[in-house]
Amino acid sequence: MQIRPVLSALRKHRLATLLITLEIALACAVLCNACFMIAGRLSAMHVDSGVAQPSLGYIKLQGFDSATANDLNARVNSGLRKIPGVQSVSVVNTVPFGQSTANAGVSLEPSFKHNAGVVTFYTAGPGAAKALGLHLVAGRLPRPDEFGTINKYVPDAAQVLVTRALAAHLWPGENPLGKVFWGIGTHFRIIGVLDHLSQPDPAGFGPGQAQWSVFVPAMPGPQLAGSYLIRVHRPADLDRVMTQARAAIRKVAPNVVLDLDQSHTIGYLRHRYFRTDRAMTELLVGVIAALLGITALGIVGLASFWVAQRSKQIGIRRALGATRGDILRYFQTENFLIVTGGIVLGMVLAYGINLLLMRHYELPRLPFVYLPIGALVLWVLGQLAVLAPALRASDVPPVVATRSV
Amino acid sequence: MFGYYLDLALRSLKRNKVLTALMVLALALGIGASITTLTVLRLLSGDPLPQKSAQLYYPQVDPRPAQGFVAGKTRPMPTLTYTDAMNLLKLHKARHQAVMALTHAKVMPVQGSERPFFSDAVMTTSDFFPMFDVPFRYGSGWSARDGEAHARVVVISDTLNQKLFGGANSVGRTLRISSHDFRVAGVLAPWSLQPRFYAVRLGGRSYGDGDGVFLPLQTALADKMRPSNLNCYDTGDLSKLKRAPCVWLGMWVDLPTASQARAYRSFLANYVRQQMALGRLHRPETAMPDLMQWLRQSQVVPDDVRLQAWIAFGFLLICVVNTVGLLLAKCLRRSQEIGVRRALGATRRTVFAQFMVEAGIIGLAGGLLGLAFAELGLWGIRHQPAQYAGLAHLDLSMFAFTFVVALVSSMIAGVLPAWRACVLAPAPQLKAS
Repeated sequence: MQIRPVLSALRKHRLATLLITLEIALACAVLCNACFMIAGRLSAMHVDSGVAQPSLGYIKLQGFDSATANDLNARVNSGLRKIPGVQSVSVVNTVPFGQSTANAGVSLEPSFKHNAGVVTFYTAGPGAAKALGLHLVAGRLPRPDEFGTINKYVPDAAQVLVTRALAAHLWPGENPLGKVFWGIGTHFRIIGVLDHLSQPDPAGFGPGQAQWSVFVPAMPGPQLAGSYLIRVHRPADLDRVMTQARAAIRKVAPNVVLDLDQSHTIGYLRHRYFRTDRAMTELLVGVIAALLGITALGIVGLASFWVAQRSKQIGIRRALGATRGDILRYFQTENFLIVTGGIVLGMVLAYGINLLLMRHYELPRLPFVYLPIGALVLWVLGQLAVLAPALRASDVPPVVATRSV
Repeated sequence: MFGYYLDLALRSLKRNKVLTALMVLALALGIGASITTLTVLRLLSGDPLPQKSAQLYYPQVDPRPAQGFVAGKTRPMPTLTYTDAMNLLKLHKARHQAVMALTHAKVMPVQGSERPFFSDAVMTTSDFFPMFDVPFRYGSGWSARDGEAHARVVVISDTLNQKLFGGANSVGRTLRISSHDFRVAGVLAPWSLQPRFYAVRLGGRSYGDGDGVFLPLQTALADKMRPSNLNCYDTGDLSKLKRAPCVWLGMWVDLPTASQARAYRSFLANYVRQQMALGRLHRPETAMPDLMQWLRQSQVVPDDVRLQAWIAFGFLLICVVNTVGLLLAKCLRRSQEIGVRRALGATRRTVFAQFMVEAGIIGLAGGLLGLAFAELGLWGIRHQPAQYAGLAHLDLSMFAFTFVVALVSSMIAGVLPAWRACVLAPAPQLKAS
């Protein structure tokens, strides 16, 4: 296929060519950035919470005096355990996708000269690590005698578990077991490393910080009460158990306030946590679909016009011996060239928009891989859009050349 | 003449039904998307208190230690310590001044069968009500003296009054809040600011229903209620709220004239200088944004919403470029017709006008259809999980603005093709046919 005649024909229609190129460039720029944003949201939505989500429910109580906390814990514990299907009930300060209650800066030295980052402290009573289904990759779980009494926020000098991601951040390349760090007025010694345990608000911190959690074993008491993790034997029972649990609370603790906003299954809490991200993703997908549709329509419209305008020339070419395939390929090549021009311009635009977004919103740099994907999509779209007008062009009979209009 | 152009345009549009439909549809999609996002953006960046926002100010001082202070670079913390808030309140330099924090109040039911529940509550001082023009249905706020005397009085919202007392005049009745009895002093008329500017940095929601309970600050503190948002900048005893190195109170002052605002600014600077001389404060920086500046600084409009607006306008731009291309194709195809018109005496200007009328018709049709798309989009927004979702409605001005956007974008789209049409030389076109 010769490109030169195509180019010289396009030179005759500079304005129309420029417009369609511009449209494709804009589409390419928006497409790349929108895809990138979708990928960002999707990866945030796939965060590994590290817990056995299908079997877990959460009950949160408020409005009780800390003097009655031990009594409340005991009553709720026995009340919830009676529900058929419940495997265990343990006291935790919060759960993944629940309210984030204990975030604090930590440091590797007692003087706190350098803040090493803000982490979430999960304080949890006996049985919680097993109930959560935490997966240990090194070290061991806390022994029964390592559940200390909470002073203010955590037990003093606690033996704790950290996630692999946090260990790698605090001591890159080193074995974290036995290491010590400081925070909230005390220090912590690491006895085990967890595969995953996300923060309650995994997207609330910078990139890569979703897993910065510390699991602190603690005895339930005045500072750790009113917040319960329920594990069921069979996930199918969870919804029923949660309904019964809410009813049971009314019986065993009539004067406290059941936090209806928080008392749900972990699965529901997770679903709710990512609602805005899901809505935004759907919106972006919708925009991309509409955008590609409009661009395709623009190509169809312009190509149809050109075919109609050039039917006489097409007839002459056919009469001079060009095959139908030649005509078809002519319009396909023309489209390919225009789309390629648009893509080149579009890539520059895409990076421009990305730079603008990076300055105003917390978005990372557009990875290079999105550009070939965007280019491929637009090439395919262009070829599909031009196919119908090009086929119509190839159907123009040679006899048209002999007619004078 | 206009009627003739209209007739010509309609004829031409009818001749290419598919192409016309495509142009209208593309424009309508772009307009629908932009109007939807713009409505939300306008809703979120609106003025919650239009009659007073220009005279309400939010004074800020910075209680942090001198270490880390860079003149002109570090901003004061978003809220005040108890000590600073009380000092500024007691000096009483503005017409009205009030300090406030949010909390959760455990409300015991009036009837026996109900269960206790938590209500969003504001701990504040007496000037809150006159300063923000809070409308009362029954009763009134409490006096400054009541506030000082730790009086157990409470003001409740219309919603809470409906829930507890069935909407009756409940002034003087007793309400049990976290194990203490309070006398209802006033019931508000329906009042929900959008956004709830006073709650923005106090740990509250920015949009949606208002707060249910308003309590005198000193009484609430005596009853051991805790602020929703406590931000500590130093280590120390955090259990004593009044002395802890923590900020948690927002303060608003009412300064009706510009000279009063200037006077208050210098008063604030003097206050900080004096406190620095006493060794209590270490940073000279102060700030006093007015209400709208404060909302902008607090970035109440979510990033997602701005991003959506950008995407929508990018989309509209693509739709307009698309329409330009199609209109151009159409008008070039009619070169012969134009040639005939020119030869019969039509001036360039009339040809230009004729094509602009055609573009305008497409714009109007696109606007109408765009309006339908915008309503559809807003319906979708109302089903989104956001605090502001329920508020998204198309108002009259946005309704009118839709057509302005439609006409302007179709005119922009029409200029280039119309210009190309009117500069065509008539002779070659006639010869070609």
